[in-house]
Formats: sequence, structure tokens, C-alpha cells
Amino acid sequence: MCGIVGLLVKNPALRDQLGALMVPMLVGMTERGPDSAGLAVYTTPVSDRHHKLSLYSGENAVDWTELLARIAAAFAHAHEIAAHGNHAVLTSAADPDDLVRWLARHAPAVAVLSVGQSIDLYKDVGAPADIAERYGFKSLRGSHLVGHTRMATESAVTPAHAHPFTAGRDFCLVHNGSLSNPHLVRKKLEPLGIEFETDNDTEAACRFFEWRLREGDDLKTAVQRGFGELDGFFTFLMGTDRELLIVRDAFACKPAVVAETDDYVAIASEFRSLAHLPNISRAALFEPKPEEIYSWRI
Amino acid sequence: MANLKPLPMAREFDLAHDSLRHLNLFLHKRAALEGVAQIHVRNPDGAHSIAVGLDAALDVQIHGHVGYYAAGMNKHASVTVHGNAGPGAAENMMSGRVHVKGFASTAAGASAHGGLLIIDGDASLRCGISLKGADIVVGGSVGSFSAFMAQAGRIVICGDAEDALGDSLYEAVIYVRGRVRSLGADARFEPMSDTDRASVKSLLAQAGRTGDPADFKRVASAKSLYHWHADADQEY
Repeated sequence: MCGIVGLLVKNPALRDQLGALMVPMLVGMTERGPDSAGLAVYTTPVSDRHHKLSLYSGENAVDWTELLARIAAAFAHAHEIAAHGNHAVLTSAADPDDLVRWLARHAPAVAVLSVGQSIDLYKDVGAPADIAERYGFKSLRGSHLVGHTRMATESAVTPAHAHPFTAGRDFCLVHNGSLSNPHLVRKKLEPLGIEFETDNDTEAACRFFEWRLREGDDLKTAVQRGFGELDGFFTFLMGTDRELLIVRDAFACKPAVVAETDDYVAIASEFRSLAHLPNISRAALFEPKPEEIYSWRI
Repeated sequence: MANLKPLPMAREFDLAHDSLRHLNLFLHKRAALEGVAQIHVRNPDGAHSIAVGLDAALDVQIHGHVGYYAAGMNKHASVTVHGNAGPGAAENMMSGRVHVKGFASTAAGASAHGGLLIIDGDASLRCGISLKGADIVVGGSVGSFSAFMAQAGRIVICGDAEDALGDSLYEAVIYVRGRVRSLGADARFEPMSDTDRASVKSLLAQAGRTGDPADFKRVASAKSLYHWHADADQEY
């Protein structure tokens, strides 16, 4: 079992409250996922020449200022780092692929959680409320977000196995359910040069969709293609810099509820995570139908 | 002469403050002892297991949306949800009445033995799965695999049905007014008899709905799965 939450604010005035509106949604899904939690938040994009990398050091003590100095020595570009405990967002004009390679080699204690121009990503093990507090989720701003609370069934409880999973740029996916053929999907993708970081079933779905996006599919087409490739139970919630998308498998085994008003679209595994939202009594409420793709754009 | 019958005593619980356990304990034990016949529940906010396992003729009015298993295992009570219901509403009901005024999620009325479940809106997948004798009236449409392996009881569907309606049915009977995307294995359309028309009329009336029984089609078991066919080679 797991919990998923998604929120997209249509009214730009609510962007400052994105985090505050979301925290009770995430905490409301604690019983469905008490062992880990994570969140991808899509902010105003950085300038065309820059990228953001969400970095995470877990239990390792990392001196972020010192790391920034080493990055500056290695890359002749402008860099900034905004650190918060074991998490930091590095903004840089350097090529993000070069930075990822450099970090893997020179700062192995640091994991790269996401790469993009809009996405910031947080994930860790522990109770959702503690994680929300640890990373100051309440004060996060942005246009939309994708969150997850995890109860592990398929693989270990570690920060790397927590959701959201990311691949490529500004793409993330969370999953409630379990896939039965992740190894087949992986066998298909690895010869194409696609590298996996974990043995988690959700990572296979994430990398499959991101591969299709790179091959020119739009997200809906990629998901449509996924029906034939991914076997198992799923409610997937995905984010790109412009879009929030939800889809359930043909049997709709895993729950989801959508609440839509003029101001926002809110998605959760259960209504109890939506009950606190403003004007929820006037929201249009529905459950996504099986294998029907629902998406909203900012 | 004026009617001097006293009004039933009512009690209100607000789940924004009162615990769910407190509410359910009251419904199970205190309500009868205190002579309370009507209970209003405010701010259910999607909580699980509201009013489960009731065993007395109480009238429970829930004002809002409920989560998993609302009114599950109900016996004797009348539970009305003025909102939507999560998965497994009225599952394993034995008797009484459960009325969901909005939509119901998956597996509504699963395995219910008796009583009446009314869903004014749509019901999701697997409505009435393994039904064992209860009646279900759905004002809207039902999702795929509804009435899967239903053994006894009746389901009236005023709207449409998605795939595999009535797969592996036993003795339960389905009446459907709208389009059926597909029937499940061993389910078939059958002619409506006078008894069927009377059933539909009575169930619609009990659900407070209008409609002409002549518009409904009967779906029941062809009973070809009742006996093992060695030649079928698992192809049904």
C-alpha cells in the first residue's frame, strides 16, 4: 500500500501557498505509507542557461559550501547552492550531465535526486510529518507538485527506493501498486544505454515513460504505450514542468480521488487527504476511470 | 387527537472533534442503552469504517464523504451517507439499509448477505462482487466486473455497465437499463418475466426512484460453469 498526492494550482495567487495546502494532504496519507515520503515541486523555471539539481546526502555529513567551491573550481560557470540540512538545490550554468558525472566521481556521498529547470525533489525515510518538517515543505512555492507516502512491498526501505522517481529532466513519477514485469522492462531499456539506480519496480516505469518522451511521444502517448508494456497494478501520478497526469490500471485496484475547483486540481489516494482544502465542498469530485488518462497543464 | 408519540432521541457526533472509536462504540453499545434512535455524524472527511458492525435499528445520517468500509457488516440499521463512499461500502451487510447519495468507490456491497444498498450516483468496479443475498440499486452506472461471482440477491443498474458484467454468476440476478459494454463468462441476457418486472418495480420504489421496469434487461447465469467440462481446456 502507498499514498499518492498531487496538487496543481490554476490560480497563480495560490502558488505561494502550494506547500501549505499540500502538507495536510501528504500527512493524511501516513497510514497508507508510514515508512518513507517524497515530494517533487515544480517552481518558476530557472533561466534558459541554467539547470537545478536536487542533491541529498542522507546520513553523510556534507559541507555544501566546500562542495560548491570544488564545483566552481572544476566548472567555469556560475553556480549557486541553497542547502537545508542534508538536502541542497544546486543551480548552475554548467551542462547538467557533466555535473552529474562529476558528482558521482568526486562527491560520492551526494545523491542527485532530480535534474531540470523547474523541479525540486525531496525524499527520505521516516514518517511523512517528520519529513515535511525536516525539509520545510509548508513553505514551498510553485505551480504543481507530486507527492508520495510509501509502505514498501517490492524492495527495501531506503531513501533511494522512496518515491518520486525521476529520469531525464523535469520528469517524475509516483506509484501506488506493484508491477510484475519490471525486470523485462529493464532488460529492454538497458541495451538502449538507460541506466538504473535501484531494483525498484517503479523505477522501471519511470525510465520507460521518460525514454518514450525522449523518443518524441507526448506524455499521454507514452502512457498509452505503457498499457501494453507495463504489467501489474498501478495508480501512477506523473509530473513534468508543464503537466500533471494520473492514470490507473485496467482493474483500478489502487484508489484515487480527484477534486477540481476553479483554483486548483487536487489528487489523492483517498478523500481524507483532500477534506481540508479550501472550498472542497464545492469541488467537482471523481475517481479516475481505469486506463483513462487525465492530465492538467499549467 | 394530536399524535403524542415522542420524537426519537437524536445525538450528534462531530468527527472533527470526536474520535471515530467513540462514535462506533456509542453506536454499538450506548445508543440502545440511552434510547437514542437517530445519530447525525458531521465532518466524516473520508474516515474509514464509520458505522461498521451495527446491530440495532438505528438511523445514522452521515453528512459528508466517507472512506473505506462505511456501514460494513450492517445489521438492522439504516445508514445514509450524504456524500460519496470509499471502497467497500456496506460490504458484508446482513440486513437493514445503506443509502449513498453520491457515488460509491470499488466493491460496494461486496459479499452482502441481506438488506438493501442504494447508490444514487455511479458505483465503481466490482460493485456487488460475491453478493450473497442483498439487493443493490444503483442510480447511475457500474464499473467493470460488477456482480462477479454473485451468488444470491438482486442488482438493479439504472445506467450502464462496463466490461464483464456478471462474470461467473451463480444465482444472483442483474437488471440493467443502459448499455452493457460486455458480459462476463457464463452471464447471459434472459427475457424479463412478470416476477422480474415486479422485482424491479419494487426495488426502484424502495430506492425512491422512478422508472419503467419494461426498460430493464435481465442478466443471469447460463450455468454452464456449474459443472466441470474436461473438454473446455480452461477456455470459457
